[in-house]
Amino acid sequence: MTRKPFILRNPSILIVLAVLALFTVAVTALSAAYGTGAIPTSMVKVLGKTLCLALAAVAMDLVWGYLGILSLGQMAFFALGGYMIGQWLMYARTEAIVAASMAGNPIPPTPQELQEGVANQIFGVVGSADLPLVWSFAHSLPLQLILVVAVPGLLALVFGWLAFRSRVNGVYLSILTQAMTLALALWLFQNDSGFRGNNGLSGLQNIPGLDGIDQATLSVWFLWASAAALGLAYVLAAWVVSGKFGSVIRAIRDDETRVRFLGYPVEGFKLAVFTLAAMLTAVAGALYYPQAGIINPAELMPIASIYLAVWVAIGGRGRLYGAIIGAVVVSLLSSWFTGGRAPAIHLPGYTVNWVDWWQVALGLGFVLVTLFAPKGIAGLFDRLSPPRRVPAPEPQAKEAQA
Amino acid sequence: MSALLEVDGISVSFDGFRAINNLSFNIGEAELRAVIGPNGAGKTTFMDIVTGKTRPDAGDVTFGTPPKSLLRMNEAQIAREGIGRKFQRPTVFEDQTVADNLTMALKAKRSPFAVLGWRPSAESQARVAELASEVGLASQIARKAGELSHGQKQWLEIGMLLAQEPRLLLVDEPAAGMTLAEREQTTALLVRLAESRAVVVVEHDMDFVRRLNCKVTVLHQGAVLAEGSLDHVTRNPDVIEVYLGR
Repeated sequence: MTRKPFILRNPSILIVLAVLALFTVAVTALSAAYGTGAIPTSMVKVLGKTLCLALAAVAMDLVWGYLGILSLGQMAFFALGGYMIGQWLMYARTEAIVAASMAGNPIPPTPQELQEGVANQIFGVVGSADLPLVWSFAHSLPLQLILVVAVPGLLALVFGWLAFRSRVNGVYLSILTQAMTLALALWLFQNDSGFRGNNGLSGLQNIPGLDGIDQATLSVWFLWASAAALGLAYVLAAWVVSGKFGSVIRAIRDDETRVRFLGYPVEGFKLAVFTLAAMLTAVAGALYYPQAGIINPAELMPIASIYLAVWVAIGGRGRLYGAIIGAVVVSLLSSWFTGGRAPAIHLPGYTVNWVDWWQVALGLGFVLVTLFAPKGIAGLFDRLSPPRRVPAPEPQAKEAQA
Repeated sequence: MSALLEVDGISVSFDGFRAINNLSFNIGEAELRAVIGPNGAGKTTFMDIVTGKTRPDAGDVTFGTPPKSLLRMNEAQIAREGIGRKFQRPTVFEDQTVADNLTMALKAKRSPFAVLGWRPSAESQARVAELASEVGLASQIARKAGELSHGQKQWLEIGMLLAQEPRLLLVDEPAAGMTLAEREQTTALLVRLAESRAVVVVEHDMDFVRRLNCKVTVLHQGAVLAEGSLDHVTRNPDVIEVYLGR
């Protein structure tokens, strides 16, 4: 019996890819750089960033919805991916500026002088003039691209190994992941961490070597890259959860003790999924921060990761498209309501100002979804499709023939 | 007869309470054994030790030929060595279909990367269908395990154990919550299984043990009180006192 390729067995994958392609084409056609300009460049950036957040949500769904680990530290991997690409963006651009300013010198600068100039520019703000050791590879784009996945991957591997080996589970594991991202944030806040303390890395929207290309064009390119990354990651995640591997990780979510007695090394499965998710999240971060332009340690505060969990819960965990829906709907609503453009509601005696009340509304929505629609927005699709039919047992089929 | 499982002088205490006290126990390659005993006799703790859930304070447990100590292995490694365990409460993965449950249990490589690359073959699908019909769930194969009745879940779990192809099967109170007809089928299945592998049945129900018609080990306060045929042990004055004396 031949099996159809797994994509054809999961129509939702094709639907997601088609919607994603349609969205990308539509935004491109309405962008300032390639189309009518109906969508301003700042909005193109918001949409591109939203795709990156959706990718992080897909990874969160792997870890939480399928594997059952409520990780409240996912955004640490996201921000680390951003920091890794940010190092190159900032270094290469500063190098170009320093080289240009030294070009008038009677004696051409040595590489040593050039590097000192760059270090001065980047770290003057935290009172240092030396290039920290963690910037050793910042001059090289390929090396920093490797670090984008290697550093978060390694962190997830080591953290996961320690936590899973000790069989830390449930809410304790959630607290531990939250502590991880908080500890990392506090470390990055220090001026001598080598990452410019609370200043973070900035000017990331300027891509070295592409100086002649305006932000309107760059924003569309990043939108394309983000859409491609989301599409590829979606297919990868769907493949991972489709076969026996998906069966085993869902079984771990539901009863990990029983899975152990089936002979599966539960820790190995958790480690594999947690690390893969960390790397996918890091790729999302590496695409997000060049569109945001700036990254600082506040991005690693646990609240960011908690938001990610809320998006996935509202969208519908345990199905990958649910994570995308949640991330897109809730993050776009959030920026609308907190952007000051949402009309305030005037009640007698009180005015509901959305900038203040949005968080309350979101929190309430989260509680309501958890209580009344545990499958989230994606659960509504179940009502649209006809109920699964189970063939009636044949009359002569004996139950339990020994 | 060489022993498949050899438990040698194990002891374990929980907060000063001796759950298992210098217990020794052997079972051969293809043998059916019933383990009985009053509540707190250490039956479940004994199973926990063999399957790696609990570590004994003293003694050794060896399995297979040549004998390998199980004490340094974790639950998953012990399961891969060929020890299957059936829990008292049926534990199947309710969110997944009968076929998925059986496929997961099929004997195959268990490492994450091997599992990631695993794809169903005609052979594996035939084996799943065969197992499903063996436990009477052929018509339920596409249903979610959570939709099955209590008895059917018990059967699915037995099917999953068969799929693992264990050399030793530990079965905890298989008859609990079963109807009379289901009990008879379970007895017949256990007897048949013991033809090709070792089966240890922990049971409260004397009637059920009598039907199994096998050697019986009576545990009391974490040690073996008596061993032999059911008639032999029920005539033992110590056993009578433990069961009826208080």
